[in-house]
Amino acid sequence: MNDPLTPRGAIRAITQARLNFGPPRFAADTAASLDFALDHARAREAVESELDVARLTAGLDALGLPHDIVTSSAATRDVFITRPDLGRLLPQDQADVLSRHASPDVAVVLGDGLSAVAIALNGVAFVTELHKKLSQDGLNIGPVILARQARVALGDGIALALAAKTVVMIVGERPGLSAADGLGVYITQNPSAQTPDSARNCISNVRAEGLPIHDAARQTYDLIKEMRALGCSGVALNQSRATNVLTSD
Amino acid sequence: MKYFADIGGQRFKWPSLKQLLAHATPERTGDQLAGLCASGPVERLAAQRCLADVPLKAFLDDVLQVEDDDVTALIMEQQDASAFSPIASLTVGAFRDWMLTPTTTGTDLTAIAWGVTPEMAAAVSKIMRAQDLIAVAAKIEVVTKFRSTIGLRGHLSTRNQPNHPADDSRGIALSAVDGLLMGTGDAVIGVNPATDTVPDYIRICEVLELIRTQLDIPTQHCLLGHVSTAIKAMEQNAPVDLVFQSVAGSTKANAGFGVTLPMLDEAYDAAYNLGRAPAGSNLMYFETGQGAALSADAHHDMDQQTMEVRAYAVARQYKPLLVNTVVGFIGPEYLANGKQIIRAALEDHFCGKLLGLPMGVDVCYTNHSYADQEDMDVLLTVLSAAGVSFVITVPGSDDIMLNYQTLSHHDANYIRTTLQRPPAPEFAAWMDRMGIGTPDVRIPSIENALGQLRLPN
Repeated sequence: MNDPLTPRGAIRAITQARLNFGPPRFAADTAASLDFALDHARAREAVESELDVARLTAGLDALGLPHDIVTSSAATRDVFITRPDLGRLLPQDQADVLSRHASPDVAVVLGDGLSAVAIALNGVAFVTELHKKLSQDGLNIGPVILARQARVALGDGIALALAAKTVVMIVGERPGLSAADGLGVYITQNPSAQTPDSARNCISNVRAEGLPIHDAARQTYDLIKEMRALGCSGVALNQSRATNVLTSD
Repeated sequence: MKYFADIGGQRFKWPSLKQLLAHATPERTGDQLAGLCASGPVERLAAQRCLADVPLKAFLDDVLQVEDDDVTALIMEQQDASAFSPIASLTVGAFRDWMLTPTTTGTDLTAIAWGVTPEMAAAVSKIMRAQDLIAVAAKIEVVTKFRSTIGLRGHLSTRNQPNHPADDSRGIALSAVDGLLMGTGDAVIGVNPATDTVPDYIRICEVLELIRTQLDIPTQHCLLGHVSTAIKAMEQNAPVDLVFQSVAGSTKANAGFGVTLPMLDEAYDAAYNLGRAPAGSNLMYFETGQGAALSADAHHDMDQQTMEVRAYAVARQYKPLLVNTVVGFIGPEYLANGKQIIRAALEDHFCGKLLGLPMGVDVCYTNHSYADQEDMDVLLTVLSAAGVSFVITVPGSDDIMLNYQTLSHHDANYIRTTLQRPPAPEFAAWMDRMGIGTPDVRIPSIENALGQLRLPN
């Protein structure tokens, strides 16, 4: 055993796996066992958390951004968890309310998804950055829609009610054991009631220790510009890009 | 109406065997999501009573009723009339009673495996309680072999799953060694890749091959990439032990995985022709899971558990070394909580064994399920009573690539010690030789591993 030892810090930089350092123990020790339980408790708390509407609206008010609130057809957290179909559906009465707003260029939705904690931590900051970039181009986002019990496709119904051509749906991602603050950003051009997932572009793991908010907002902005120029999103956008490259050669 | 039951003056009716199966299924969210479940507990029991009286022969017809489905064709082709003959006159209920009879042995159950269709197995499981599913599965011994022997009575094997979110060679090696130090990996050392390119596939196979050969481990490895990637890697002579693929119970659902039966034929032949395995070895590894067909909109209005068992017809065609149901991975919209996950795992294990498969279970859950590690403790314990072939273990139960929780290497030790379930004999002997679990361990520690193992760049 003359080979050099790898320091634990170097090992932890290579993998976050919960390796068993030192002599093998044939049961997890008390500290490791309770650490794991705490991580799971945090993840469960994030999944069960509700959108903190008061705090989010206060944050948006402070920035002078108008807002409105909807709830999907999943009335409660429990229904939302087991019935993703209902979380994708905007009730008609709520669509009617939204349709009274002036039509924006880009609809922006903050939905709880599987972690309202992530929206509470990073949602307003992301919208602020995105709004800045879009307004420099003269694109208006209308009221920021706060959506409770929201799956990604709820954004389609919201965009249809607002008559927006582009929708940015920001949802809390499913919490892992180590982080519950990741946002997923889904951007769709010309959303419809039957938008397939393949027609969306997605930016994931948006959080301080993943893809920073500033970079994610920049990527979202670039995608919106491209989608609005080419009139499509998702797989079609990728194909359209390829075609444009070919023709420009 | 062909199927009906009268309970308390009320008549319940079902237009097809497919709908009867769905309404007889114990409660789970996936069938509710699909709109296929019974209207309530009494209708469910009515359907179970009706199902108990259906002759097994009724299942020899096409139950799925979808034209040109190649899984249905395979099921018809596999069904062996002579293997079926001992149970040919039974109803579903009498079949359950026969299996539970003490004089019905594991040999009797093994003899009927190719006479039983997936729909028959699913049907009888729906009227069996947890202890029935355990008791019958525990009678059946399905033994498979590569470098180690899996499934011997009284043994429990493990898949060591050293995943890494960036497929980093050193990260994979460190995690694999962590498991080996605790005696896991006799079923397979198997990595789920984050990427699906041929060069990465070959590189990771080489990492696993170097660990296996340098430490002289009597086990096999597997990279759980797509079968088409495996075929390309084998064309370049990559050291592929087991070929992996996720499979499901209809042509359309398999198309969702980008796989066809001819592709599996080609992969099997390629693995065989590599000649890496001892003669007569089993060369394939399949994963399945309730809800896969529904999530691909390919369930054809069949309940998720019956669709799951149809996937086993695909698996058994290729005499696999390992099959496991990834039971809690799919999420709470299919299996809501610990109770539903435990029930589904016992059904899958029983049905797989009844059809002759070396059935393992990924004892697992996601963070949005109403389940926790204690449910997994219970599931591991009941599965061991049922004689599960293998389970999956990772460091500290935390899969850092797939972001879900499965069992830990420590859990493997818990069950081996508490229920006396040693690993495969070849691997147990290797553990003794290497001093695993003693102060004189002769494989590198975590801190020594990168210095001592010669990994490819």
